[in-house]
Amino acid sequence: MPSPRYHREIPQRYRLEAEKCKKCGKILFPPRLICPECGSKNFEKVILPENGKIITFTIIRVAPQQFEAEVPYAIAIVELENGVKITTQVVDCKPEDLEIGNSVKLVFRKIQEEGKTGIICYGYKAVLV
Amino acid sequence: MVGIIGYGSYVPRYRIKAEEIAHQWGKNAETIKRGLLLQQKTVPGLDEDTITISVAAAKNALKRAGINPKEIGALYIGSESHPYAVKPSGTVVGEALGIVPDFHTSDFEFACKAGTEAMFVSYSLVKAGVVKYAMGIGADTSQGAPNDALEFSASAGGSAFIFGKENILAELLFTHSFTTDTPDFWRREGAFYPHHGGRFTGDPAYFKHVQSAAKAILKKSGYLPSDFTYAVFHMPNGKFPLRVGKKLGFTNEQMKPGWVVNLMGNTYSGSSPTGFSATLDIAKPGDLILLVSFGSGAGSDAFVFKVTEKINEVRDKAEKVREMLADNPIYLDYGQYAKFREKIIMNE
Repeated sequence: MPSPRYHREIPQRYRLEAEKCKKCGKILFPPRLICPECGSKNFEKVILPENGKIITFTIIRVAPQQFEAEVPYAIAIVELENGVKITTQVVDCKPEDLEIGNSVKLVFRKIQEEGKTGIICYGYKAVLV
Repeated sequence: MVGIIGYGSYVPRYRIKAEEIAHQWGKNAETIKRGLLLQQKTVPGLDEDTITISVAAAKNALKRAGINPKEIGALYIGSESHPYAVKPSGTVVGEALGIVPDFHTSDFEFACKAGTEAMFVSYSLVKAGVVKYAMGIGADTSQGAPNDALEFSASAGGSAFIFGKENILAELLFTHSFTTDTPDFWRREGAFYPHHGGRFTGDPAYFKHVQSAAKAILKKSGYLPSDFTYAVFHMPNGKFPLRVGKKLGFTNEQMKPGWVVNLMGNTYSGSSPTGFSATLDIAKPGDLILLVSFGSGAGSDAFVFKVTEKINEVRDKAEKVREMLADNPIYLDYGQYAKFREKIIMNE
């Protein structure tokens, strides 16, 4: 990931900062400039809850190059306690441990490295609780 | 009154047993387990490093402190495995915790005592009134060369401590640091694994520095070993802390709660801080705790803490060290361990 884009996305990737539309109340994650529900441009910052449950998941066995060492690994859609759904890796578990409906918690982890000499990109992943 | 207002630890879920490492190198596991008093050690996940461990430990400390992270004026991270050679771990950790941007941060390195250095400086800044709150973290994903004695101990984990002047759960009464130039263990710039002086790491290094710091703080404080409810000494293996404690006049009962090394290994900068965190997990108001770290090179930081009533209020707000050690570990074989620790040369 290019450094400037990684830097711009730090608030959402590190601290789960989302935006709540002041007009219709929709929570947008990742944040957007215009609310897709009502077209408003007025938002307030909200922090997403760290706990949620797995809505669905898949196991990746053939991965992009930077994730090859991690196969097999799980990617899930997680519904957080406030109803926001996010796509995230589920780690510290075996594929056979996962079931739809599992409770998870978001944790701060290394996502990828730009090779051995580039920047290290951090963000959220889920672990079973 | 200055002391700890929040503390927290993090233990990775992955483990490797001493038998697995011994089998790989044709060593007798029972001899190793009896000699070093180590059963297993923690291993960081492929996506874990000093920064992620620091964030996890610090979040637990913030849960117990119940403060706004923006009020933390200084953040120091002690480690000998900072992910970047140039770019402080504290910048990433500060962002992840929401402490940024009005704070001071720096990364410390002093072999296994960088964590207590971070604690010492955090305490001093709060005491001097420079900042309201300061956080000191000791965390590591330690390196041990394959087929070296260190491979049985070098592990991963860390602990974080927030210092302040109000709502203190453990008052810091006395400190003392003892430092000399002793080349017992080192890693040169660019070298992947550290070197050590074998038996030279014992008497002239670990025992001399830990004993000297402990004796000096006992003299300074006027306390006797029997005045302390608990004592925590740096844990390079299972044997050294128990032996140095005995030499100083402490009993195994005083050291037992903080002696996590047999299940966790040596978490380097996170070692004695995590033993201290495990001790706070069970301490009662009024208990006196002695903490003495050791960092090769070499030096020891000693602290005398007195636990307050506040501990009963905050103890259960975050996961405890022994709970994390027992919580559904995932055991690795040596091949998986070699991959996790990037000991296998891959094609770029």
